[in-house]
Amino acid sequence: MNNIWVLARMTFREAVRRRIVLTGVVLGVCFLIIFTAGFHFIISQIGTSAANLSAQSNSPGLARIARTEGINLLLLAGLYAVTFLSVAMAALLGADTLAGEISSGTIQTIVTKPIRRSDVVLGKWLGFVGLLALYVLLMAGGTVLSVLVQTGYTPDHLVAGLALIYLEAALIMTISLACSSAFPALATGGIVFGLWGLSFIGGWIEQFGSLLQIPTAVKVGIITSLIIPSESLWRRAAFEMQTPLAGALGMSPFGTISVPSLLMITYAVIYLFASLAVSVRIFQRRDL
Amino acid sequence: MSGGPAIRTDRLRKVFGERAAVKDLTLLVEQGEVFGFLGPNGAGKTTAMKMLLGLIAPTSGTASVLGAPIGDRRALARMGFLPEHFRFQEWLTAREFLELHGQLCNMNPRDLKLRIGELLDRVGLSEYRQKQLHTFSKGMLQRIGLAQALLNRPSLVFLDEPTSGLDPIGRRLVRDIIHELRSLGTSVFLNSHLLSEIEVTCDRVAFIRHGEVVRVMEWRSLEAGQTVATLHVRNLSAQALEGLTRWGQDVHAEGEQVSLSVPSESALPEIVRHLVAHGADVYSLVPNRKSLEEIFIETIGKDGGL
Repeated sequence: MNNIWVLARMTFREAVRRRIVLTGVVLGVCFLIIFTAGFHFIISQIGTSAANLSAQSNSPGLARIARTEGINLLLLAGLYAVTFLSVAMAALLGADTLAGEISSGTIQTIVTKPIRRSDVVLGKWLGFVGLLALYVLLMAGGTVLSVLVQTGYTPDHLVAGLALIYLEAALIMTISLACSSAFPALATGGIVFGLWGLSFIGGWIEQFGSLLQIPTAVKVGIITSLIIPSESLWRRAAFEMQTPLAGALGMSPFGTISVPSLLMITYAVIYLFASLAVSVRIFQRRDL
Repeated sequence: MSGGPAIRTDRLRKVFGERAAVKDLTLLVEQGEVFGFLGPNGAGKTTAMKMLLGLIAPTSGTASVLGAPIGDRRALARMGFLPEHFRFQEWLTAREFLELHGQLCNMNPRDLKLRIGELLDRVGLSEYRQKQLHTFSKGMLQRIGLAQALLNRPSLVFLDEPTSGLDPIGRRLVRDIIHELRSLGTSVFLNSHLLSEIEVTCDRVAFIRHGEVVRVMEWRSLEAGQTVATLHVRNLSAQALEGLTRWGQDVHAEGEQVSLSVPSESALPEIVRHLVAHGADVYSLVPNRKSLEEIFIETIGKDGGL
């Protein structure tokens, strides 16, 4: 356990020293500034339109509803972008780590210490899990905070939603780590982004299938989610955080119509730990 | 510490795809011995060392290191390793780098701190301890790598081409450290193709070619063979000259110069006695050990085993 902890701390320190954290924070802050500015201009326009609408229809409730729906839609759009950035960060963190250290030979003086090879994988994983938590907290937390400060609005089931976004990032990182224990960094990147793209397309096929009531399309989506369940985590997160109205109408582009079940979320968690086990197994057996 | 050999291998073999990198490695390295593993590039030296360290799984054969099977963690705790083409965690400072490796050896913090100071001094990097490794030169990296290999006061140290790319001062340092290790009773397994290094440091050497050990010889002991004796003799009878073949081969006589190669330096006094008994006047006898380079070429072949 001590060794895992030592290696996790080293992984964390590496990310800080190699300016991965700095880059992430700088780009994250840029993202938040742009999101905040964009949100500000759009929401004031929505406010004006909603006021006009309620003046014409003489119903103040309608204005409030329109405004809330607008805010929620924009927030989910922001969080969707955050999810994408977190997934990219996760894929890159996992891709280079084992593959890079194997090809450079850095790993040789580490695994010839009196430690288990699994300690190396678990230590790195733990370090990345910590880093991603900070990253998702900064990005998603910042996005939610920006909306809260400007409008006083927070979505429903915020904690569950953020946890699911984080879970998606952790899942992608773990898959990346597993590939990285077998393949070079570049190949790992290709595989992981490919899988993520697959799950993205599968998710949309399922959405449209559900909207247009094509059962086969929904099945295709579910099968894709079984191959790679990352996108279903986002869709569940969006489902948790969308407004009841958007859920009822099933119209929001960032919300969701075909809701991944809790079984699928459980499956994703199992998938994550299975990937970790595969990573350990491959790394234990390979020549270094 | 067990009394057995430091390393024992039995028909160790590693095949990569079609190619056998190590064919049939049977070796015995005693405790406290500095063992040189010699061979041309690509002969399988690094693969052999990596198998002993548990980095590469042998295709077949068995080995024990410090009395334990390969990869045993208690044995690894008593081993040190400096890889050949190493890259270290360059974002760490010299001190942090040694801290990390010491922690992975489960050293207690107070002992580790003392040991780091001691080793940084020993390899001459004390004033650079707060510098990140990416600012280090090749020679400095080799030094910090060596310090890393010695942190846990190992009983067995593996050094893979430890002097490649080092300047003469660095090479001297490596040599001195190997001598110190020997005096501490530490076994050293040294891979090298730099013959001069092996020549001055090793007790025994094994020659490896195409993944096979082709010869193992005592190097340091006086009993070691391969000495060419050159004598300056007058009044040498044909009979006395003839009698020299009893002690050695390649007897050459030219004027007053006689040379022969003897298997052991212990034969030299007997040769002198023999000559004197046969009425010859011996003015000088100069023993010349064959250089390792000569033996290397003789063993491996001029083609370098290609």
